[in-house]
Parts: sequence; C-alpha cells; structure tokens
Amino acid sequence: MSAGINGHAIAAIYKFEMNRTFRTIWQSIAAPVLTTTLYLIVFGAGLGGRISPFHGVPYGAFIVPGLIMLSVLTQSVANASFGIYFPKFSGTIYEILSAPVGALEIVIAYVGAAASKSLILASVSLATAFLLVPLRVDHPILMLMFLTLTAFSFSLFGFIIGIWADGFEKLQIIPLLVVTPLTFLGGTFFPISVLPAAWKAVALFNPVVYLISGFRWSFFSQGDVNIGVSLAATLGFLSVCLLIVWRIFQTGWRLKN
Amino acid sequence: MASPIISVKGLNKTYRTGFTALKDVNLDIERGEIFALLGPNGAGKTTLISIICGIVNPSEGTITADGFDVVRQPRHARSRIGLVPQELTTDAFETVWNTTSFSRGLFGKSPNPAHIEKTLKSLSLWDKKDSQLRTLSGGMKRRVMIAKALSHEPEILFLDEPTAGVDVELRRDMWDVVRGLRESGVTIILTTHYIEEAEQMADRVGVISKGQLILVEEKTELMHKLGKKELSLQMAEPLAALPAGLEAYALDLSSDGATLTYTYDTQQERTGITALMTALQKAGVRFRDLQTKQSSLEEIFVSLVHQGDRR
Ligand SMILES: Nc1ncnc2c1ncn2[C@@H]1O[C@H](COP(=O)(O)OP(=O)(O)O)[C@@H](O)[C@H]1O
Ligand SMILES: [Mg+2]
Repeated sequence: MSAGINGHAIAAIYKFEMNRTFRTIWQSIAAPVLTTTLYLIVFGAGLGGRISPFHGVPYGAFIVPGLIMLSVLTQSVANASFGIYFPKFSGTIYEILSAPVGALEIVIAYVGAAASKSLILASVSLATAFLLVPLRVDHPILMLMFLTLTAFSFSLFGFIIGIWADGFEKLQIIPLLVVTPLTFLGGTFFPISVLPAAWKAVALFNPVVYLISGFRWSFFSQGDVNIGVSLAATLGFLSVCLLIVWRIFQTGWRLKN
Repeated sequence: MASPIISVKGLNKTYRTGFTALKDVNLDIERGEIFALLGPNGAGKTTLISIICGIVNPSEGTITADGFDVVRQPRHARSRIGLVPQELTTDAFETVWNTTSFSRGLFGKSPNPAHIEKTLKSLSLWDKKDSQLRTLSGGMKRRVMIAKALSHEPEILFLDEPTAGVDVELRRDMWDVVRGLRESGVTIILTTHYIEEAEQMADRVGVISKGQLILVEEKTELMHKLGKKELSLQMAEPLAALPAGLEAYALDLSSDGATLTYTYDTQQERTGITALMTALQKAGVRFRDLQTKQSSLEEIFVSLVHQGDRR
C-alpha cells in the first residue's frame, strides 16, 4: 500500500456495514418501510379522502415526500451513529485504530454505507407509495439529488453522534429528542402555510422544513419555501456536518486514550 | 548488527486520569526474534503494546517500527504490524472467513483467498470458516483473532497474553504456531504473566513492573546470570539441629532433619560450595546424596520485582 488513500479498507468497512444491514433486513429495511406504509395507509388512503387537496395535490400524495424524508433522516442518523458507536462499545474498534486508515477512509466507509442503506430504503418506500397513492414526480433528477444529499448529510450527522456518544442513551437522545420532533413539525403532514403566522415564523428556524419543502417541490413543483433556498439550506447543513467531522479529527478522536 | 525492527525511546504515558502507566521505557526489538514482555497485572504491558500499535497516544518519547515513526508515519508503521489484543472482542455475527478477510482489507491488502485459506488451516480453523464467531469457544475465538492479525502478512506480530484462559492443549498448539511464524521470519512480541510461556518461547525477556522496564536479557543469559541454585544434601542420619560451626552458610534444615539446603548465587565468583563441604566434614555431618537445582524464571521474576519495589 502506498501512502495514499487505503481503498481496500474503505471497501472492507463498507462491505461489513452492508452485510450487517442485510443480515438484519427485517429490522433495518422492512420495519422502516412498513412504518412508512402504515402512515400512508392511515393518513393517505384513510383520512386523506376527507382532507381537501393542497393546490391540486391529493393529501395521500402530499405526505409522501415528507414521510420518505422522515424515514431517511431517522434511519441515516440511527445507522451511521450505531455503525461507529458499536465497535467502540464492543471493543472491536481496536482493529480500526491499529490499521493503516485515517479519518477520511473511516468517514467515507461508515457514512457511505449508512447513506446507501437510506437510499435503498427510500427507493422501496417510494415504490410502495406509487402502489398506494396517486403520485407524480415532476423533477426526478432533482428529487434524487435531494435524497442523496439528505442521506449523506444526516449520515454524517449520525456519525458525529456516534463518535460523541459514550453510552446507548446518548446514542438515542438526539434522534428521539431532536430529529423526530423537527421532522414531525417540519411539514411532513401539512404545509407550513396552514400554521398561524407566529408559528410559521418559528417553523422557518427548523432546518428540516427546508429539506422537506425542497424534496416536495421536486415531486409537485410546489413547496413552503423557494426551491433555491431549500437547496442552499441542504448544502449548508452538509457543510456544517463536514466541518464538525473535520474538527473532530483535527482535535483528536474521542476514540483514543 | 541489523537495525532493530522496533525501537522505543524515552516513552512515557500518563493517562487522562493522571495515572502514569509507563516511565521512561527504552527498548529495541531485533528482527526475527521472539521477545517476551513479562510482568504482573497492571505493570503496563498492554499500554506499551497499544502505544506501539497506535491505539493509545504516547505522552512523550518516540517509537519506530521498521524505521517508520508510529505517530508521524502511521500508515507505513501500522501496515507492518499485526495485533492480537488481550481482550476477546469479536463481531459475534460475522463468519470466520468474513472477519479474517475484513482484516486483510482493512490493512490495505488486496483480497487473497489462498492466503486466508492457508492462515485458517494453520490455526485449525478451516472447518469453522463459515461459522459465526458467537458459536465458537473462547480458545477458538482467540485463534480467529490470531488469524485476523496474520491475514495481512505482518512482519511484526504482537500477542497480548495469547494464552490467558486457554487450556493446556491449545496453549501448546499456539506455541507451535508462534514458532512456525518465527521460522518464516516474523518478529513476535508477546506479553504474559505465565513465566512458563516466556521460558518455553522467548529468545529474550523484558521484565516490566509498575511501568518501568527493569530488565532486558537473553533468556538463557538471564537464567544463567540471575539464577540462584540450590544444593540439597540428603543426610545419612537425620539431624536434630544444625551443628555448630555452620552458621555462616544460612543453611536450611528440613523439619524431619533429613535434608539440608544451601542456596548460592551462580553470579558470584565463589559459590562457597568447597568451603561448605569442608565445614560439613569438620562438623562431622555425613550425607548420602546431593542434588543441585536451577531456579526457574518465576523465582527470578519474583526476586526482580521485589528488588524493583525496594528502589
Ligand atoms: N484507559 C486508561 N485510563 C487510566 N488508566 C489506565 C487505562 N488503561 C490502563 N490503565 C492503568 O494503567 C496500568 C497499566 O495497565 P496495563 O497496561 O493494562 O497493564 P498490564 O497489561 O501489564 O496488565 C494499570 O494500573 C491500569 O489500571
Ligand atoms: Mg494487559
């Protein structure tokens, strides 16, 4: 191996993480897809008929982008954080620390695997949604872009949590207390425009609003905020996460004594 | 002499707790040798190994592996080193084959199923290659950890207490594996608190106690130089008490009076045996047999660690 990047190590960790996913396919893929499907059935096909369409988009279709974002966000964070936290917990991290790999390989492999998994999950959920509700995608390329950006950003975010956490409680506290509420309040089930003016102002501080709005725009050409603003916010979040990861590795690992 | 494959200079380690685990450790490991690091629990053996392997950061000092600084050129240094840690930590749901192949990739080597196969066979793991690690016994897991460390063909192998909690049979198997590796040119550093292990395996022994390397010696030299010998004399007739005139020899009389034991230091120019014989004759003590016994590394070790305590 030269002094360059250790590609074999990236491949090894990536494969390890993906094996873990497929070994636990019920828990890691089937369960989140089922959750999304249940939401679609209850709120879309069930209640949806009684809610009038927003700008010509039936309610069942309206919630699809938000639901997919909800599962991409939570699963990316959960997977990436668990992926790097578990070796710390079990002790197998010794091997990664003693191997000729640096921060770059570790981040690419763990974040790449977590994001891949989220993309698989999103694809399955999307396919299911097409079967259940009348869905259309106006801007497929943009949609894929949003999905990929979000999956990577939140996997990075999860990775940071996994490095920071020193117990299972800390591992779950951010997803449960921050990510899930922000997503529910971020316009998954309703457009921000239906909120009273004061709450609307508050909602605009919620970064998830921009993600969901942008993602929804790629389906129906309409969102809560301008598509350009959404895109900028998404890229902004990605940059912040990259910056934090870079700082973590600069100032030592939190992994070594 | 060829340059050492590992060189540790002025190494100090103070953990964040403020505890100083290593104090000014200096050590050179020669190419191709088996070096045993011997010391009681908590002496700092694992800390030393972990620093060389890049798992723990040194507080002070420099370490090179095959000429590469382990802190400043970690990739070069680490790709040459295989580590079998003390704790049995394995990915429970992985198979033996996958986890061994994973290690090879992690260390930057392209896949080589033939090498993995050879490694697994040499450790009698071949028929377990598709078993998940959680189904293996402790001894088998230990072998898997060795296979992982050997998967990337390291020049240097660290074995941290390889036979702790391993049954006698497996221990002998492991010694055979280690000897085979040495024959193929791998340098091996093992830690142990079993003296027997150092005695059986090592070319050189380092004794560490309370974070200080108190001695590094060729094993045979160590036993030769520091070995105390015991001379036991079987009495023709049991003695009721030690006869007068023998006080200077610090003799030990067994409770049944049948055996007199004299301890002497082979390091000393004069062992005092001739004088003792003369004195015994003068005192009229007759014996019918005698034996001498070299003290084991264990006894040497205990006496060294005690000396260390007194310093
Ligand atoms: N992470 C740590 N933080 C603080 N003290 C530690 C840490 N690891 C080991 N020590 C202490 O350092 C000393 C040496 O430990 P270790 O190197 O594991 O010894 P050995 O392997 O010889 O049994 C022990 O007293 C241990 O308690
Ligand atoms: Mg130890």
